[in-house]
Amino acid sequence: MKFFNFHLMPYRHADLDAIDRNGSAWVTYSNRDYDPAKGAELYHEYLDQMELADRLGFDGVCLNEHHQTAYGMMPTPGPLAGALTRSVKRAKIAILGRALPLVNNPLVIAEEYAMLDNLSRGRFIAGFVRGIGAEYHAMGINPGLSQERFAEAHDLIIRAWTEPGPFQYVGKHYHFNYVNPWPRPYQAPHPPVWIPSQGSSSTIKWAAQMRYTYAQTLSPIAVVARMFQMYRDEAEKLGYEASPDQLAWSNTIYVAETDEKAMREARPHLEALTNRFLKMPTEMLLPPGYSNIESVKRIRAAKITGKPQTLDDLVRNGVVIVGSPNTVREKLAEYQDLAGFNTSLTKTQFGTLPDDMTRANMTAIAEEILPHFRGRLPQGKRQAAAE
Amino acid sequence: MTEPVTTRISVRGCSIALMRGGAGRPLLFLHGGGGAGWPPFMTDLAARHDVLAPEHPGFGASDTPDWLDNIADLARFYLDLIDQLDLHHVDLVGHSLGGWIAAELAARNTRRLGSLTLIGSAGIHVPGVPQVDTFLVNDEQLIRSMFDSPKLIETMLAQAKRPELEDVILKNRTTTAKLVWQPRGYDPHLAKWLHRIDVPTHLIWGANDRIYPKEYASAFQRLIPGSSVTLIPDSGHVPQVEQRAAFVAALEGFLAAKRAAA
Repeated sequence: MKFFNFHLMPYRHADLDAIDRNGSAWVTYSNRDYDPAKGAELYHEYLDQMELADRLGFDGVCLNEHHQTAYGMMPTPGPLAGALTRSVKRAKIAILGRALPLVNNPLVIAEEYAMLDNLSRGRFIAGFVRGIGAEYHAMGINPGLSQERFAEAHDLIIRAWTEPGPFQYVGKHYHFNYVNPWPRPYQAPHPPVWIPSQGSSSTIKWAAQMRYTYAQTLSPIAVVARMFQMYRDEAEKLGYEASPDQLAWSNTIYVAETDEKAMREARPHLEALTNRFLKMPTEMLLPPGYSNIESVKRIRAAKITGKPQTLDDLVRNGVVIVGSPNTVREKLAEYQDLAGFNTSLTKTQFGTLPDDMTRANMTAIAEEILPHFRGRLPQGKRQAAAE
Repeated sequence: MTEPVTTRISVRGCSIALMRGGAGRPLLFLHGGGGAGWPPFMTDLAARHDVLAPEHPGFGASDTPDWLDNIADLARFYLDLIDQLDLHHVDLVGHSLGGWIAAELAARNTRRLGSLTLIGSAGIHVPGVPQVDTFLVNDEQLIRSMFDSPKLIETMLAQAKRPELEDVILKNRTTTAKLVWQPRGYDPHLAKWLHRIDVPTHLIWGANDRIYPKEYASAFQRLIPGSSVTLIPDSGHVPQVEQRAAFVAALEGFLAAKRAAA
């Protein structure tokens, strides 16, 4: 299994009570509460952690994109990835991902990603997402056009990377007389494309069709297993067998000497992530048109948004793994065999977790977990397990 | 006959539901983002008019055509519909999103119109006027921001709990968002051409409208030559429902004065 250190770069000094009073850390939580001096420190603290991940032997580091939120300070991840191409010497650098429909000119993403691929001499992984619902409030992009803008932007970027320019591009949303980006990507034909998603069936089907690596975010392991099985089934329908390398699970791991100590230490920080930084009202998460009506009805019926979750819930449902080295090894192996993935996208810092605890966690994962999973592939029959 | 008959009409391949009732000159009512219906004020109007209340493409029982991207598409669709039904001297009335369609239609072509009435209408932007973001409130907050009277709000909240309408509500909201999300509720180019509207125009506004506050009525009045404003007291965004009698009196008074002048 491969391990990527996935950072959300939260503004961990946020006033959690102010977030509660506002009802969310997103869109309407005033940036008066952002202190630039503290923010600047955090950027460097987090970049230092990414460099540590490289030295500790993580296979990659991951950034992502979110707007107008204390949940993550990466509205544009490019500058951070650019910095890391020089200081992360060995590991892959992934942006998972940039939200294609939010830009009015997707060529800027083709250019930015191609630059990062060159700067990293081919260590770059290109993630494409639609962005979550809140982003459509924050960025003034019509959620009803999200799916078609994503499809068109993806098509344009891949063509910009693979067809010699200049050529003309005429779509519904994007129109260019000259598509001819300099530089071209370093990797041929282009950087690996990874698709993170909460588990939309149309996204899974499309990722399987394109043979892109599919990354399941923030879900109980039983859901992860079901989604990965869907991917394998779609691949089979298309006439190929999906490799475990095409499946990545986005999780959180916290390791301490004992289960009790790990739970005690992780609890306030993980609960802050889940119940404060991540919380938003349904109308912010699901603007009309962002998802099809059937999905919206399912989500409304399940009333999944806004319900507070304890660390015990998160551990029991296999959303996160927290415990002694032995517990974490056992669970991770169990989950790998159940769901059949070969990449763990692991948040080692989460919510309000301070620097010293993050670095201790990263070191423990590197020393106690990573070596046991080097070259380990999913074992057993997953079809049965996922049912 | 003042109760409506619901039929379907197909305009260039797009089939929509059309409620029609009453007799007299045609009065075409274009509904807002909440969707179509035949509330009591329409029965009042049908006593003197041939009231046509279509359900917009993309809403309720009507088709969602591939060509539907913006309000101007709907304005041109209704120009086609008016041609197809061969209507003349149409008294065009639009509420909120429907008012935006009506204004867009009239700025393009008034050949078959007799008058224009906008109620709590979208379509333009007035700087510095606080508005409720209807996409960032929940169902209850939305109703509370639409109406003025606490009693009516309670009635509306009780009526809103109708799961059998969920599909229609979600469809209407999805289409509304697609049409008005960005820029939020207006087209920066519409205000440039409202001067072209050359039929008598009346702006009927709830005095306490929080969605498109009364400053919007004043702004439309400045932009549409010769237009007049009636503010309905004790009313929010939907005066035709909240102050039915005052609304009907205002509309009929305007239409009668227009006829007298003609």
